[in-house]
Amino acid sequence: MSRDDDFRLTCPLPAGAGDTVQLAHGGGGRAMARLIDALIRPAFADAELDRRHDGALLALDGPAAFTTDSYVVRPLVFPGGDIGTLAVHGTVNDLAMCGARPRYLSVGLILEEGLPLAVLRRVVASMGAAATASGVRLVTGDTKVVERGKADGLFINTAGIGQVVAPVPVGPAGVEPGDAVILSGDIGRHGMAIMAAREGFGFETVIESDCAPLAEAVLALFAAGVTVHCLRDLTRGGLASALVEIAEAAGRAIGIDEAAIPVADHVLAACELLGLDPLQVANEGRFVAFVPGAEAERALGALRCHAPASGAVVIGAVKEAPAGEVTCRGALGVERIIDMLSGEQLPRIC
Amino acid sequence: MRFRDEYRDGRAARTLADAIARTVTRPWTLMEVCGGQTHAIVRFGIDRLLPPDVSLVHGPGCPVCVTPVEYVDKAIAIAGRAGVILCSYGDMLRVPGSGGDLLAARSRGADVRAVYSPLDALEVARRNPRREVVFFAVGFETTAPANAMAAYRARQEGLGNLSLLVSHVLVPPAMRAILDAPDNRIQGFLAAGHVCTVMGYEEYLPLAAHYRVPIVVTGFEPLDILEGVYRCVRQLEAGRAEVENPYSRVVRRAGNRTALAVMGEVFRVIPRRWRGIGDIADSGLGLAHAYAAFDAENRFGPVALDREATGECISGRVLKGECKPTDCPAFGTRCTPEHPLGVTMVSAEGACAAYYRYRGIPARSS
Repeated sequence: MSRDDDFRLTCPLPAGAGDTVQLAHGGGGRAMARLIDALIRPAFADAELDRRHDGALLALDGPAAFTTDSYVVRPLVFPGGDIGTLAVHGTVNDLAMCGARPRYLSVGLILEEGLPLAVLRRVVASMGAAATASGVRLVTGDTKVVERGKADGLFINTAGIGQVVAPVPVGPAGVEPGDAVILSGDIGRHGMAIMAAREGFGFETVIESDCAPLAEAVLALFAAGVTVHCLRDLTRGGLASALVEIAEAAGRAIGIDEAAIPVADHVLAACELLGLDPLQVANEGRFVAFVPGAEAERALGALRCHAPASGAVVIGAVKEAPAGEVTCRGALGVERIIDMLSGEQLPRIC
Repeated sequence: MRFRDEYRDGRAARTLADAIARTVTRPWTLMEVCGGQTHAIVRFGIDRLLPPDVSLVHGPGCPVCVTPVEYVDKAIAIAGRAGVILCSYGDMLRVPGSGGDLLAARSRGADVRAVYSPLDALEVARRNPRREVVFFAVGFETTAPANAMAAYRARQEGLGNLSLLVSHVLVPPAMRAILDAPDNRIQGFLAAGHVCTVMGYEEYLPLAAHYRVPIVVTGFEPLDILEGVYRCVRQLEAGRAEVENPYSRVVRRAGNRTALAVMGEVFRVIPRRWRGIGDIADSGLGLAHAYAAFDAENRFGPVALDREATGECISGRVLKGECKPTDCPAFGTRCTPEHPLGVTMVSAEGACAAYYRYRGIPARSS
């Protein structure tokens, strides 16, 4: 199907419904049933949904990981993805960071009256494709419609269940001095892609979001027998927030080397222009892994076989103390403190 | 990345720092005028590369830090009026007025929008002909040309629904005020490169001659700043007091003539109050008489609330270079970016924010 076809309305809705979401689509009646049957269920293509039951019946062996996240983003469609890909990859990635293989997702859609059905069609198609690419099934869902002005087009909640494959629990408590800090690839693409799309900066080079499923790369670490102490995907707040959260929760210090942190030139240029620190810019397809220093090379070898982590590098190491402190050695060899973002990231005046 | 990495080269930086150390024979106190320079100094640890005899003190060049609280209050009051869209640079939104900031006003329902250029505000006005669009025009000479251009185009287009709330300030009068202070300890200046890009540096010649201070036009990358320090101490050691321009890849002696022309058309020099510093004669820009119709203060009438922040915040002394952020007993404890007592802790160019962000909270003995 060509890209244009994605936006063509073919949904068999009652006459008069037009090409936008109506309140009736959330009313529990025929309009809603048709919207789900004609537009949503085919995109998700799962036998569990076809049973038209109140919930999904799942088979799980052993320990499971369970997570939920809600997705709000403007614009809904941006270079490199849309809110649908975010909603699947985000929850899949949270499960992967628990050391789990993602298995099942629920989908809650909150639609604003007036949302073009073409947009909804594109988003649910993206969700179906993202689920297939991530090896996860969309097995249950819910759709609500709110009045115009009560939502920003479309909000999505996804909850996910995964099968734990980590032999020991992964998390900040497992972080030890001497651990290598591995970053899975270059940072800052998602945040700058969204900002450029939202504000219409018209940069010469289009910045694409890094939005991607990370489970395969993470599972490769376990398959290679790497002792994984902690995993964290980088989302809002960027690399800086992830490292500070882990250092604080683990009661350890982390030292990183700025020169080792990859940032694409066009992302760096955009950050410089707007006075933003790439370390604090959002990502949707990157993570950090803490592994024993002696296993770092093996971990890099396993990660680099998988596309979203093909640029994995060691960026620093864990130290005993001071607890909760993250430092960065800069270009001139002087260390500085890395802190979480304070409030909203705002471009500076000049 | 080109035009960035070559000015952050560690080896070249150490070579310059060594040259500075070899030059200096006694203590010197220099002021970097611009908050962008302050952030680069603290972020890259440039002060830690310098010999102990060279002290850098931070100047008043943070545009949002010196915007008087009454103008923030005016902006909030105007934003609260029905039908108004208030546009502002992003880092102005978090600056506290006497009763909150513009982000808080937005959460109460005001239509406050962060824009990246004043010309974006012009576009907002074109698209919303039935709304009054107000651009909060603050800053130094750096932002003045673009702000002037917004008013110029609005007048040309006959765009009646755009106005500017102007709180513009000028650098040289502030430098003069610092030098005139009886307890001044500044012996040389790293002038703000971006300001000089617009203005050139001819207006610094009489300052350097009258006060016998070297003034070096300085950029914002580590090597730019080290070069500025080197030139400054070399002059001081030789007993010279001249204006030098090592930032010649950007700055011309006469500045940007096109920018100066539009500023001259739209603005006039007026006295201004500086937050934390006070009133300085001929230190600001207001709209020229021909542009009075685009002045938000005329359009919306008096909304002034003349209150200056008080309490334990020492930002005024920090802005004048009299003390460092870490000299403040509230720094990092009662005053943080989440709960700021003063603007210097909020702004992307504020000195207190730079220390907090890159150095953390110092251990206190008491």
